[in-house]
Amino acid sequence: MSSDHNTADGTGIESTQEARMGEGADSRFNSTLREAFGSTPFILTKFDQFMNWVRGSSMFMLQFGIACCSIEMMHTYAVKHDLDRFGAGVPRASPRQADVIIVPGTIVSKFAPRMKRVYDQMPEPKFVVSMGSCTISGGPFQEGYNVIKGAEEVIPVDIHVPGCPPRPEALIYGVAKLQERIANGESAPVTVKPYELEEFGDLEQDELVAKLADEIGEDDLVMRYNWVDSP
Amino acid sequence: MSLEEPEPDDALAAVGETDEGLDYDALAALLGDRLLDREQHVNAEGFVVRPDLSCLTAQQYGDRYESIYHLRKYDEPTHELSVVVPSPTDDPHNESANPVYRTADWHEREAYDLVGIEYEDHPDLRRILLPETWQGHPLSGDFDGEEPQIVTLREHANPLQEDHRGDDADTMFVNIGPHHPATHGVLHIKTVLDGEQIADLEPDIGYLHRCEEQMCEQGTYRHQIMPYPDRWDYISAGILNEWAYARAAEDLADIDVPKYAQVVRTMSAELCRIAAHMLAAGTFALDVIGDFTATFMYAVQQREQVQNILEDLTGQRLMFNYLRLGGVAWDIPEPRDEFFEKIRDYLDDLPENVAEFHNLLTSNEILQIRTVDTGVLPPEEARSYGATGPVARGSGIDYDLRRDDPYGYYPELDWDVVTEPGCDNFARLLVRLREVEESARIIEQCVDLLEDWPEDEREIQSNVPRTLRPDPDTEIYRAVEAAKGELGIYIRSDGTDKPARFKIRSPCFSNLQTLPVMSEGEYVPDMIASLGSLDIVLGEVDR
Repeated sequence: MSSDHNTADGTGIESTQEARMGEGADSRFNSTLREAFGSTPFILTKFDQFMNWVRGSSMFMLQFGIACCSIEMMHTYAVKHDLDRFGAGVPRASPRQADVIIVPGTIVSKFAPRMKRVYDQMPEPKFVVSMGSCTISGGPFQEGYNVIKGAEEVIPVDIHVPGCPPRPEALIYGVAKLQERIANGESAPVTVKPYELEEFGDLEQDELVAKLADEIGEDDLVMRYNWVDSP
Repeated sequence: MSLEEPEPDDALAAVGETDEGLDYDALAALLGDRLLDREQHVNAEGFVVRPDLSCLTAQQYGDRYESIYHLRKYDEPTHELSVVVPSPTDDPHNESANPVYRTADWHEREAYDLVGIEYEDHPDLRRILLPETWQGHPLSGDFDGEEPQIVTLREHANPLQEDHRGDDADTMFVNIGPHHPATHGVLHIKTVLDGEQIADLEPDIGYLHRCEEQMCEQGTYRHQIMPYPDRWDYISAGILNEWAYARAAEDLADIDVPKYAQVVRTMSAELCRIAAHMLAAGTFALDVIGDFTATFMYAVQQREQVQNILEDLTGQRLMFNYLRLGGVAWDIPEPRDEFFEKIRDYLDDLPENVAEFHNLLTSNEILQIRTVDTGVLPPEEARSYGATGPVARGSGIDYDLRRDDPYGYYPELDWDVVTEPGCDNFARLLVRLREVEESARIIEQCVDLLEDWPEDEREIQSNVPRTLRPDPDTEIYRAVEAAKGELGIYIRSDGTDKPARFKIRSPCFSNLQTLPVMSEGEYVPDMIASLGSLDIVLGEVDR
């Protein structure tokens, strides 16, 4: 370290940065952080800001594959694109350990209740990146009789990454944007979504409910799709 | 089961084809007894049933439903026969083909689910793709898509609940999936365990049923259907799938494909096969050896290179949309030398890379324990379930449509069909790794041909009418060898520019049916290895 303190012309005058770095550990211990904050071992910030910064810098993604987009998602995690460079590259197999869910693919009627359940199982604070056109509007399958018209019908979404499928670069950009938002303390408002899990007994009585009354118990969780109201 | 109208095709042309059309008596004399009497069906050994149960839309066959059983021989795939079984609209029911062909089980359930035909004597006629509480049959004429639907979460039974232990206290019910890292997407496996071993197993599919058939029926032949095949088997196998549609539609509308375009198709399709098999082997390693470890990264590295080449050619990394009816979208990118150089560089390194990858995989002790002699699928079972592709070839069935029902430029090229006699998980893995090498051979020959192709003969597309309107009521079933096996398409036209019925025969759908045979009595991790070795893609299973 000491040799670094002498400037090129040998006068020994230090730059502001060098002065701030001061004497201390070996230069091998330097890091971006140390360069930014100097060797003084404390910083002043708001706790919330610090927490948000930490949160954004170390995100645990849920290992969650649905359709075509999950192939590009795997490529984003793997060599060449390596999402881990951005502190978000360790997929967790259990929703209990994850704080970001990337929704990579078409959501159909049979899967939406399960996705909602997986989302509910994640601990707060949790964030959602929706990947691909299908999670925005249903994409190429929008007219399908069985297709949910976007992830936002079921869970709140923070970042939409368009594309069919989006390139890995696009997903990285989406994740980086999410990190930026988290660091700034922003997230999508959690509102009631059109399709919620509810108990069968709580549904409004109508023809369909009457018809299914023999098959479904009062306490069974169900999701009711009103296709007419879908965008 | 009655024999109404066998489909005219090459194999049967020798028997019963006259100038006026088909001589049904001659055909019936040849095959009749076996088909009219179900008991004798069993004699038709070596036939595999492809019950492409085609539904009928109201405008066309307002008076009846039809189940079309496409039959094909494993030994001679060009010998095809379609058995058409009509049933009345007011009470559609047929006799089940399940006692004859095991594969009919799921296919008939699908027909019941989507079209609404009831099959008598079917052991387990439930919905397969749509949720159990779904109302109506979406591909039948009177379905109203605007009606609300209610879907339950209860199929997901809680394994810890006392009532899910069977009467015999030794067994236990466990859900695997639909969200589980080892299920390759959104597959739900209902498993009953006896200790550590699997006593009973039932794959529950339909978590990615995104109405592919309906989408294709809404699209015009010329351009609007081609983007969808890319999304059936989405593991980079796009061009292989596109070829299935291209082949069916070209034969339906009598379109020729220039030789040059065939070579380009063959080359790009085999590149896709390498990418698809690499992911299959990579995720297999992921399931068997561990999490995101080295082996997976090696596989992805190979895929990235292939995807780069394909991106240069088609402009997309995954959803290529490169084939057109009558040819391909555009020629090899300029400068051609550079493009061919890139492929050659890749192919030069491939043997070494594959050997390294092979070594990493197969010398791993965990992988050996999990794969050798586990998940055994005897050839007879494979045939009965209609398994094709690497799954069939891993059971020693020498069946490859590229050779047996030739299309494209394959007959002109020098390559071998890979089979392994092992019948176990390991054999299926080996088939894939060896097929990568065969694909590389094919690509190399294609590059040689393309390099020397005279400049003024590079015809990429033949003359195709702007709007295709095949004659009303023509039907066709054509299949190609996709990454997972025989990908077949049945199209019926009604004289408009859109198909009246578009049915996809997915290889994964049939292959997945063999999972209980392979896994019952095995340990749970062996079942996961078997599932990985089947290499299913839920987009194609559920369509």
